[in-house]
Amino acid sequence: MSKVMTWIDERFPLTALWNSQWGKYVAPKNFNFWYYFGSLAAFVLVLQIITGIWLTMNYKPDATKAFESIEYIMRDVQWGWLIRYMHSVGASMFFVVVYLHMFRGLMYGSYRKPRELTWIFGCLIYLALMAEAFFGYLLPWGQMSYWGAQVIVNLFSTIPVIGDDLSLWIRGDYTISDITLNRFFAFHVAALPLVLIGLVAAHLMALHETGSNNPDGVEIKKQPKDPATGLPLDGIYSHPYYTVKDIVGVIVFLAVFSIVVFFLPDMGGYFLEANNFMPADPLKTPPEIAPVWYFTPYYAMLRAVPSFLETQVWGVIVMGAAVLIFFVLPWLDRGAVKSIRYRGRLYKSFLAAFVVAFLILGYLGTVPVTAWGQFADGFPFYAADRATVVSRVLTIVYFLFFVLMPWYTARDRTKPQPTRVRWQ
Amino acid sequence: MGTEAIANKEKRRFLIGATSVVAGVGAIAVATPFVMSLWPSEGAKAAGAPVEVDISKIEPGMKINVKWRGKPVWLLNRTSAMLATLPKMDDRVADPKSSVPHQPSYCKNETRSIKPNLWVAIGICTHLGCSPTFRPEMAPADLGSEWLGGFFCPCHQSKFDLAGRVFKGVPAPTNLVIPPYKYLSDTLVVIGEDTKGSAR
Amino acid sequence: MRRVACLLLVLLATFAGIASAEEEGLRLAPAPVNRLDAESLQRGARNFVNYCLTCHSAQYMRYNRLTDLGLTEAEITDNLMFATDKIGETMTVALTPANGKAWFGNPPPDLTVEARIRGRDWLYNYLLGFYRDEKTATGWNNLVFPNVGMPNVLWQLSGGNKLVSTEYEDHEKATAAAIAVKGLSMVEPLKDHKYAMLRVAPDVAGTMTRTEYDTFVTDLVNYMDYMAEPVRNKRIHLGIVVLLFLGVLFTFAYALKREYWKDLH
Repeated sequence: MSKVMTWIDERFPLTALWNSQWGKYVAPKNFNFWYYFGSLAAFVLVLQIITGIWLTMNYKPDATKAFESIEYIMRDVQWGWLIRYMHSVGASMFFVVVYLHMFRGLMYGSYRKPRELTWIFGCLIYLALMAEAFFGYLLPWGQMSYWGAQVIVNLFSTIPVIGDDLSLWIRGDYTISDITLNRFFAFHVAALPLVLIGLVAAHLMALHETGSNNPDGVEIKKQPKDPATGLPLDGIYSHPYYTVKDIVGVIVFLAVFSIVVFFLPDMGGYFLEANNFMPADPLKTPPEIAPVWYFTPYYAMLRAVPSFLETQVWGVIVMGAAVLIFFVLPWLDRGAVKSIRYRGRLYKSFLAAFVVAFLILGYLGTVPVTAWGQFADGFPFYAADRATVVSRVLTIVYFLFFVLMPWYTARDRTKPQPTRVRWQ
Repeated sequence: MGTEAIANKEKRRFLIGATSVVAGVGAIAVATPFVMSLWPSEGAKAAGAPVEVDISKIEPGMKINVKWRGKPVWLLNRTSAMLATLPKMDDRVADPKSSVPHQPSYCKNETRSIKPNLWVAIGICTHLGCSPTFRPEMAPADLGSEWLGGFFCPCHQSKFDLAGRVFKGVPAPTNLVIPPYKYLSDTLVVIGEDTKGSAR
Repeated sequence: MRRVACLLLVLLATFAGIASAEEEGLRLAPAPVNRLDAESLQRGARNFVNYCLTCHSAQYMRYNRLTDLGLTEAEITDNLMFATDKIGETMTVALTPANGKAWFGNPPPDLTVEARIRGRDWLYNYLLGFYRDEKTATGWNNLVFPNVGMPNVLWQLSGGNKLVSTEYEDHEKATAAAIAVKGLSMVEPLKDHKYAMLRVAPDVAGTMTRTEYDTFVTDLVNYMDYMAEPVRNKRIHLGIVVLLFLGVLFTFAYALKREYWKDLH
C-alpha cells in the first residue's frame, strides 16, 4: 500500500493535499457544538448533489410533464420516494445548518481580520444557495412553485426603467412558463451546483490559509509552540481528533435528518407545502402565497416596507440590503475582542435583539399580514395591521445591529482577550 | 505506562474496526436505494406487461406484428406446406436442434413453437438488430432457386427459415429469439407470460 | 446563554400558538381514520372505485399497487377494475376535462393527492357537510366548501341534510355553541354585531344509518389518505429501523471519539 502511495505522490500531491487540507491541518482544540455545522454543510451539499443527480434521471423539465414526473418518482421508481424526500428535506436542512454556521461566525467573530475573505466567500455561498433553492423550487411545478416564482420574478419589475425588460429577460416569456422552467432547471442542476462547489473550495482554501478561529477568539498561530509536538500550545491535528468528532456530528445529524425524512417529510407544510400538490394553474392564484420558510425573514421585510413615490422598489432594496449587509460585517465590528465570551452587555443585547428580530420576522413571513389583527385607527407607522407594524419595527432592529455596530462594539466593556483557550 | 499504551492501541484498533464495520453496513444500506432505483420502474413494468393477441383472424400463411416491450413480435400462421419445408432446411441451418437457448424449453422442437402452425418470434435479427423482411414465396429472383421461404435481413443479408433458424454462412450467429408465451384459449395467446409467470 | 435560548423557545412557542387560527370560524371534526386498518382501506378502495372514479380520475395510482392493502391481483381485477383490464394501468376516467367543465362548471379534479392538499380532516368533514340548497345549480351546497360545483353523489346513502343556523349575541357564545356540537360547525359574523352558529343536521333518511354512512366516509377518506402517499406505512416502519441502526452506530462512533480525545485531557 505504501509503495502505491509513493508512486502516486511522485506524480500527484495526494498526501500533501491530504495533510495540508485535513490530516495535518492544525486547528484549535476547543471547538464546541457550534463548530459541527461547517462539516455538516459540506455533507449536506454532497447529499443534495447525489440525490439531485438521481432525481434528474426521472424528472422531466417540461410544464406538461414535470408535476407528473415527480409523482412517478414517488410511486413508480423503486425507492424514488426516499430519494425525493431526502432531497426536499435536505434542502431545508441545508438552510438550518447554514444559518447555525453563520450564527457561529457572528458569535465568535470568525469574520474578523484576517478571515474577512473566508467570510465573504461564505456570504457568496449564501447568495448562491438562495438562488439554487429558488430555482429548484419551481421544478415541481405546483401552485406554490409557479406563483412563488411569479411573485419573485415580478420583484425585478419594480426596478425603475429596466424592471419590466429585466423580468421578461429572466422569464424568457411574458409570464412564468415552460420556457422559464427549462432555464431554471439548467441553473439548478448544472450552473449553480458548479458555482457552489467552486465557492466552497475557495471558502475552505481561504480558511486554511489563515487558520481557524475558535470560541475564545484566540489566535493559536501567535502562540508559542509546544516543544514536544511542535504545534501551537492550543493546537491539534484535525486527524484523528476532528475526524472522529465530526463523524459523531454527522451521525447525530443523520438521526435528526432521518426523523424528518421518515416521520415528518412535510414538516407540517413547511418543507413540502400542501398547495404544491396542486399542479400549477396560471389562471388561479392560491389565496396565500408564502415563500419557503428559509426566505421568510426577508419576505416579511419586503412586505413591511410601504410603497413610496408610486413604486414598490423600496421593499426590494431593503430586502436586498438585508442580505448584502452581511458582506461588510468584518469592517463594522470595532470590538476589542472577537468572541462573545469576552464581550460586554451592550454587544450581547444587540446580538440577542438581532436574533429575536430575525426569528419573529421569519415567523411573520409565513402568515398573512392580517394574522395578528388590526390596531385601532390613528396608530403611527401608517398601517392598521399589527403584524406589519411589528415587522417594520423588527426590520429596523435588524438593521440597527449592523448600522450601529461601529459604535456599540467600540463602546462595549469587554473582558481582556485571552491568550490561551478555555480548556478542562 | 507501556502496557497502558498497548491496551490503548488495541482498544483503538477494536473501536476503529467496530465502527468501520457498522458504518460499512450503513453505507451499503444507503447505497441500496440508489442502485435499486435504476431497475425498471412500475411504469416501465406496466408498459412492458404481457400482451394478449387474438389469433383467430390470422389467415394461414399470414403474419401479424404486435409490440411487446418496445420490440416487434411476429405471429405467423404456417401452412402445412410451410411446415413441410422445415425438415428440408435441417442441413442448411447452423443450429437445427436449437441448442443455443434462444427459446423457452417448450419451443425447443422442430417447429420452435407450442402448436405447429402458430409461430411466435421476436422479429429482430440476431446479428445487429435490424428487422428482417418476411419472404414466404418460393425461389424468388433475388434469393435464388433454393429459397423455400423464410426471413431475409436487408442490412447484412442474414437469412432465417420459417422457424427462425439462422442459415449457415450468414453474419447472424444464432436463431431468432422466441419469447415466453402461452395459450389462454384456442384463439387467445399472451406474449410475455408463460406457465412460469411473467417474463423478467 | 442558556437562559436566552430558553426565552427564545418560549417566545417561538407562543407565537406558534397564536398562529393556529381556524379557517374563518370553521370547526372540523377530526377524521377517525386508522392507517393500519387494512379492511377499512379495502372498503375505502371499493367506495372510491364505485362512487368517485366515474368523474374523478386518480391518474397517478396504479391498480396493482392495491396489493399494499392485502388484496390479491385476482381480487383487484375481479372487484375493482371497471375501466380497464390491465392491472398495471392507472386509475384514469373517460370523463374528459372539456365535458367536465361543461357539465359541472369546473372539471372534477384528479384526486390522487387530494388528501395531501386538503388534509384528511377537511375531506372527512366535506363528505359529511352537504346540505339541501334550492339556490344552487345542483340543489346541494356544502358547509366546508361553499357553492361547490360537485353534486352530492352520495345523497342516496347519506340521506338529505339541512343547514341549521342559530343566532347568538356575541362571538364567545357562538363559539361555545360550536364547540358543543362536537362535529362540523361554523361561526359566522352577522350584521349588527351578532354571530350565527351553522351546522348540518339530518333531514331525510338515506339507505345507510348515520353510523353506517360515517363508517363509509371514514373508510373512503382513509383510502384517499393512503392513495395520496401509498408508501407511508413502509416509510414509518423503515424510519424506526434506521433510527435503531443509527443508535448502534452512534454508540461505537462516540466511544471511538472519547478514546482518542483522552489524549488531550
